Amino acid sequence: MLSLTVFLPLAGALVIALFLKRGWIVRRFAIFVAITDFALSAIVFLQYYQDRDGLKFVERYDWIGPLDIQYLVGIDGLSAPLVLLTGLLGMCAIFVSWSIKERVREYFVWLLILQTAVMGVFVSLDFVLFFIFWELELIPMYMLISIWGTGRKEYSAMKFLLFTILGSAFMLVALLVLYGSTGTFDMTALPGEIDKAVGSSKMLVPATALFFAFFAAFAIKLPVWPLHTWLPDAHTDAPTAVSVMLAGVLLKMGGYGLIRVCVGMFPEATSSYGWFIVALAVISILFGAVVTLRQTDLKRLIAYSSVSHMGFVLLGISSVSAIPEELNPVGLNGAAIQMFTHGTITGLLFILVGQIYEKAHTRSISELGGLASQMPFTAVAFVVAGLASLGLPSLSGFVSEALVFLGTFPVWGLPTALGTVGIVLAAVYILWMIQRVFFTPSLERYRNLRDLTFLEAVPVVVLLVAIVSVGVYPATLVNTFNSAIEPMLELHFQ
Amino acid sequence: MTVQDLYLLSPEIALGSLAILIVLLDLVITRKSVLPVVAIVGLTVPAGLTLLLRGDIQSCQDSTLTYPLENLCVGGGLQGMFNTLVVDEFAIYFKFLTFGVVALVILASTDYHKRIEGFKGEFYALVLFSACGMSLLAATTELVSIYVSLELTTLPLVALVAFLRDERSSEAGMKFLILSALSSAVLLYGMTLVFGFTGSTTLAGIASTITKSSVPFGSYALLMGIVLMVAGFGFKISMVPFQMWVPDVYEGAPTPITAYLSVASKAAGFAVLLRVFYLAFGELNMDWGELFAILSVLSMVVGNLAAIVQSNVKRMLAYSTVAQGGYVLVGLAAVASVASGDHTLGPSSVLFYLSGYAVTNLAAFFSVIVISNMTGSNQIDTFAGMGRRAPVIAGAFTISLVSLIGIPPTAGFIGKLYLFNAAVQSDLAWLAVAGMINSVISAYYYLRIVRIMYLVPNESKERVPSSIPMRFSLGIATLGILAIGILPGWLLKFAQGAVAPLLSST
Repeated sequence: MLSLTVFLPLAGALVIALFLKRGWIVRRFAIFVAITDFALSAIVFLQYYQDRDGLKFVERYDWIGPLDIQYLVGIDGLSAPLVLLTGLLGMCAIFVSWSIKERVREYFVWLLILQTAVMGVFVSLDFVLFFIFWELELIPMYMLISIWGTGRKEYSAMKFLLFTILGSAFMLVALLVLYGSTGTFDMTALPGEIDKAVGSSKMLVPATALFFAFFAAFAIKLPVWPLHTWLPDAHTDAPTAVSVMLAGVLLKMGGYGLIRVCVGMFPEATSSYGWFIVALAVISILFGAVVTLRQTDLKRLIAYSSVSHMGFVLLGISSVSAIPEELNPVGLNGAAIQMFTHGTITGLLFILVGQIYEKAHTRSISELGGLASQMPFTAVAFVVAGLASLGLPSLSGFVSEALVFLGTFPVWGLPTALGTVGIVLAAVYILWMIQRVFFTPSLERYRNLRDLTFLEAVPVVVLLVAIVSVGVYPATLVNTFNSAIEPMLELHFQ
Repeated sequence: MTVQDLYLLSPEIALGSLAILIVLLDLVITRKSVLPVVAIVGLTVPAGLTLLLRGDIQSCQDSTLTYPLENLCVGGGLQGMFNTLVVDEFAIYFKFLTFGVVALVILASTDYHKRIEGFKGEFYALVLFSACGMSLLAATTELVSIYVSLELTTLPLVALVAFLRDERSSEAGMKFLILSALSSAVLLYGMTLVFGFTGSTTLAGIASTITKSSVPFGSYALLMGIVLMVAGFGFKISMVPFQMWVPDVYEGAPTPITAYLSVASKAAGFAVLLRVFYLAFGELNMDWGELFAILSVLSMVVGNLAAIVQSNVKRMLAYSTVAQGGYVLVGLAAVASVASGDHTLGPSSVLFYLSGYAVTNLAAFFSVIVISNMTGSNQIDTFAGMGRRAPVIAGAFTISLVSLIGIPPTAGFIGKLYLFNAAVQSDLAWLAVAGMINSVISAYYYLRIVRIMYLVPNESKERVPSSIPMRFSLGIATLGILAIGILPGWLLKFAQGAVAPLLSST
């Protein structure tokens, strides 16, 4: 079941590559695959949600015997919502790609492979498998940005690729060292095995060094200041669907890795270097927000706001520092939920920006204006997403940010207080942008703009529902994440 | 010499006879297209004989070998020819690798160039003679035989490099001849020193003198000889700082021969390096492990940095093979695992990587052959628009380039994983980090070709023609990349089994 969910998009991509020729068939088939995959991921999530305990859907086969590599997948409370998110945003990404005219077949092939790769990262429990999926996403992303992007697309695609490979270089060496020290790639066994290896001083390299190698790999992906520079470029030049996937799920791979590997396997190092993490988090939040204020391009603005918002994920993670004294998963839960909510909110914002760009042919805030009268539905959706992004209560952004602050404040008082300034700045840039784009007097040249068609509105509505429902009733998500995070912390700190 | 010795040599005898048969056939038949068919069908004979030998090795290991072979069985391998030849799992691995590469190269050169057309017989015969040398190299355990097989490998290659008889090709042939002669001289000098200090030319004899520590002047004197031998072999495996000949020769040679040089001759060089260093100098391993670690980093860095600025695809791939050789050297540097004392990791990762690298590099060069036959140029810019004009070839080329970078799901990824694993286990994590950083650098220039093929438009929309044998060989190589990348287990086991004879003495 889980493997089917992961590999269905890849199978769809192969079918498209080998058998389907015409653009309209390819599109319909891709949408069919994406909807099916979303349904599968929803079923997987709901099945997990029923009892929320331990690992579900575990599939374990020997794969590369001589190296002890297994095909081992499964989900727990941390990965289940992210699988759902990937299914959801994958579907939305296919929907917003309806207007792709150029090299349609290749486009959908790469997009579907990308979805398999990202889902694979979230479900892999063997470290090499995890790494393979992690790398598998590179080539589709490179192709998608450099062929169907805009602006300096080739530069941005290459930059994205080199940054990510650099991160994976650290990760690969670190995971080989882990293997050398513990003799296993099994991520479910590793936390215990690492403790044992440290206890019997069998580590080839100090655990702290490994922690930093993994941290670097995941921090590039998250991204964390000062390794964030690939993000605005990649986002700005990528086609809409790719921006949705990039902001929505690819960045979450970084956050997921931080929680699963850095916190889950190196809790002592995470805890003792909490000051380092919190410093990077606060800088990311504030730097991201200040830079966002200065953006004139809609897409770049949202891209930089992602840097700021992913800083909250890091801030939540830094709350682990408190844990030897008291067991408190609130901050980590906040970080995990922030990943989910940021995925839906920013995904939606990118979709809307994409639509605006497609209709008005500009993304420059100063050239746009008064769109609310021509595109009322877009305006409403944009306002909701914007308010969610700045953390308005009853929308999803509030839940995650509140939890992050609640969890982190007792540990890092002053830094957290500084971090809240990020929220204020978010209110400034979001409201300012909405006001300038939608609520200035309407412009003559946009008189003929049409609002979204039915097909274009589908992903928007789906994401709006996700945002509002998480905001109104966050317990589903909180309970799910907590079912994995609490045991993870209890394992180490008792 | 006995009949049993001939049996041990039978794959090489078959290869040599096949080459002579082809030359003779070339004289009598007019339809030259028969020749590659004969060559490839004929290759099944040495392959079959190798399989037979493998069966005997297995029964030797189970001690069930019967008359008349039971006297050959020494330490899990078949030894003969006055103790100069050992056919063991290690030799078998390289024999199969060589045969596979030769078959693909012959297939791919069937309609390579009109200049080859009139001399097809000689062309295939030379390829087979060289293969004979490579096949021997992996099995010899005595310095003089090693030297002779090395010359048997190299001299036909010199002729092949100059085969196009145009300015570039002749120049390349001349360069290759002079530099191989020079490197052979250096190698021979090194061998003489080693012989002089140890009093033996067999690897086992050298090892036993070293263990008894009866080398005059201690290991420093021996080290002189070792360094000269490393230099000599360094030419063959195009290791920095002995890589100067690589770009010119690779550029000038006929492309199938470039592929052959970059894969088979390099693999043979590594085979003999492993054999010599593990069997003869095994006792000194801590010394040469570090030597190879440094040479490895040099090769990777120089190869990758030089490749970035190339505008000719063959030169770029030439520097890329220098860098790839650097990755393989990581496996030579990884002499023993600190955690488990497991010595097999390093050498078996070398063997595994060489196989993955063989299919990868062959696929890359074959794609270049198809595309540059059409455009008549090896400039990278002429690859523009190939994503549309030759979607299958461009796809195969992309897969091979991805494999060269080391991105899953390809052979290159598993190969690097295994190599760097060996390095990390041998307490050389820094070398693994250096290797990975080099992979990042290499991604830049490998992907440049992908970018040009898919993103740069080309005015010409003409499709690129390719012959059936060419498509077939490219298809096999590409499938090999993916097969090794996705299901590497069997090959890993084969490689691990193959290195056992290297370590039986330690």
